[in-house]
Amino acid sequence: MLRRTLGRAALAAAAAPLAAPALAQGGPVELQFWHGLAQPLGGILEGIANQFNESQRRFRIVSTFRGSYPETMVAAIAAFRAGTAPHIVQMFEVGTGTMMAAGRAIKPVHELLAETGVSINFDDYLPAVRGYYSLADGRMMAMPFNSSTAIVFYNKDMFRRAGLNPDQAPATWAELRAAATRLRAAGIEVPVTTAWPTWTQVEQFNAIHNTPLATLDNGFGGLGAELRVNNPVQVRHINTLMEMGREGSFRWGGRDGAGDAIFASGQAAVIFASSGARARFVREVPGGIANLGVAMLPYYDDVPGAPFNSIIGGAAFWAMNRGPNAARSAEENRGIAEFYAFIAQPRIVAAWHTETGFLPVTRTAFEQVRATGFYDQNPGADIPIRQLLRGGGQMTGNTRGIRLGGFVEIRTIMQEEMERALQGQQTAQQAMDNSVTRGNVVLRNFERANRA
Amino acid sequence: MEKRVIFKGWALPLALLLPQLVITGVFFFWPAGQAVYQSFLREDAFGLSRQFVGLENFADVLTDPTWLDALWRSGFFSASVAFLALSVALFLAVQADKHIRGAATYKTLLIWPYAVAPAIAAVLWLFMFHPNIGLFGRMLNAAGIPWNYKLNGDQAMLLVILASAWKQVSYNFIFFLAGLQSIPKSVLEAAAIDGARPARRFWTVVFPLLSPTAFFLLVVNLVYAFFDTFGVIHALTQGGPGKATETLIYRVYTDGVMNLNLGSSAAQSVILMVLVIALTMVQFRYIERKVHY
Repeated sequence: MLRRTLGRAALAAAAAPLAAPALAQGGPVELQFWHGLAQPLGGILEGIANQFNESQRRFRIVSTFRGSYPETMVAAIAAFRAGTAPHIVQMFEVGTGTMMAAGRAIKPVHELLAETGVSINFDDYLPAVRGYYSLADGRMMAMPFNSSTAIVFYNKDMFRRAGLNPDQAPATWAELRAAATRLRAAGIEVPVTTAWPTWTQVEQFNAIHNTPLATLDNGFGGLGAELRVNNPVQVRHINTLMEMGREGSFRWGGRDGAGDAIFASGQAAVIFASSGARARFVREVPGGIANLGVAMLPYYDDVPGAPFNSIIGGAAFWAMNRGPNAARSAEENRGIAEFYAFIAQPRIVAAWHTETGFLPVTRTAFEQVRATGFYDQNPGADIPIRQLLRGGGQMTGNTRGIRLGGFVEIRTIMQEEMERALQGQQTAQQAMDNSVTRGNVVLRNFERANRA
Repeated sequence: MEKRVIFKGWALPLALLLPQLVITGVFFFWPAGQAVYQSFLREDAFGLSRQFVGLENFADVLTDPTWLDALWRSGFFSASVAFLALSVALFLAVQADKHIRGAATYKTLLIWPYAVAPAIAAVLWLFMFHPNIGLFGRMLNAAGIPWNYKLNGDQAMLLVILASAWKQVSYNFIFFLAGLQSIPKSVLEAAAIDGARPARRFWTVVFPLLSPTAFFLLVVNLVYAFFDTFGVIHALTQGGPGKATETLIYRVYTDGVMNLNLGSSAAQSVILMVLVIALTMVQFRYIERKVHY
């Protein structure tokens, strides 16, 4: 008798935590949201989540900063394996290939909207953004949010010191190189540097020159894609960087986002960086916004058709299932869909764009911002979006974007090979050939693991 | 006459051993078993599909030239760190053992760095030697020495060796100092009376008597350099530039955690485990016997 009572009590105790969310009628449903943006961007992002929390009482977004983009991605995947994945994770564009192939680990946006009846007008999104996160048939897989593109920032004061026109940035690589030589002669420590070296000098570079990064339309056509970063235009460019490095007019700023610091501290005259770095540079670069020049990516004017449109970077939001054998409740999915609808509103998109320098991802928001005269008061703020539409806005297989599995690893490989080339340990051709050989191994392993 | 204490049953000794056994089982054998199991599998990142591939992961790792490079690099790195940390610590210990004013203060100051976590130690070195924001990095560049460990592999290796060794000097120092203090003064005095000068006294009397300590520290330092320097490398160079500072342990992390290639990472861990078991066995079996306790 006693034993039975004890047994029942134990059962009840074990069941209690499981039943708790359903029973807690009073409180809002909590939705875990992991992001990878450091300050000041992270704070602005969490502010938007808080606005959503205040706008209704049914759901509450709990934002957590999980480190850099790659760290956030790894944390979310590890959490999924342990059955504790967040409801929403912010995933950088490099992880898109991996997430697309993730099967039941993710909850595609089109399914979420269909199941909950919430609607978002994706036709309003910029084609470059929509195309990046949708399947071939147009169904959206992720919720676009902080899309950026690579642009050039320059220090106007340093341009003046070197006798260059501070209101006109170099448009081609020949011009940039000439300017870098003069900056160097004027005693500028770091004439040119770059953040996200493979993104700006390989991925974006191939897009604006309409050369292939990989076969099968950079992986949009299937898992069988092979790298093509050893194409002649790319090799020529790595060679240019190596020559500039030897002349002291180009400085390797480190992997991933490390280069930003050199420009923010006022040591570098020119940096290739994410348009989303604008918020930080406005705050940190000596001289502030008046000293900050913004320009489009330079190109080689003898490459036919160049410049084409640049591609997007930044991150999108992915809804995840809790674990391999645990789906979300209808209520949780509803909350995710409503949060998505909230951040799709033009006023949110517009505010995020003007505060940070990320792209206005919807046309309505762009028009809205333009109507306020923001671009007239902030010259250069529309450079990213104009660059995305450069070349007539007709995207080719090389300029739509990149969808390669294991691309985080491939980026590391390319960075390693570029570092070895810039150290003088190998030629540009060898660096890119090695990147292709080693990167293809990653692609084949990914293909094999995800053939399903 | 050997005195033996024998328990009267199984219950009590087992109960006394249990906590240790449970901890060893849960924190050592279970994860190690998982690693061995994983090393035979190939999985996608999310663990949704898995495939048994036998020894393929091992074959891939052992034929990968970049892994073999990392193996030699780890050997060089560990030997350098151990040598540097031991020799500097021995020198400092011998100096601190002399009768000097404020010896206690010196000793305390020398022990401090051990309390610093590896990642923090690395950040300290980063702030000193960063080519753009570091004090010494900028001084070197201003003096005309092209210092940029973010691009120069040799400089990067030098920096991680220095930072890792610095961190270990204090630990070695404590042990050497204790070892020195336990050497009977009478032996040294006898040698002095026989006319042996300080250098000769050190090499013929002090050093042999310190050899047990030195041997113990050698093992500890090698293990430290092999396994505990992850934090230093991660904070300073992330294995770069190129692969110039990628040691085996760092590679396990990159392949497993960053690249989500769990099968290969597990295979590498198993190889590391075998290496360490072999190393320890060789050391204790052959070298320890020759050390004079």
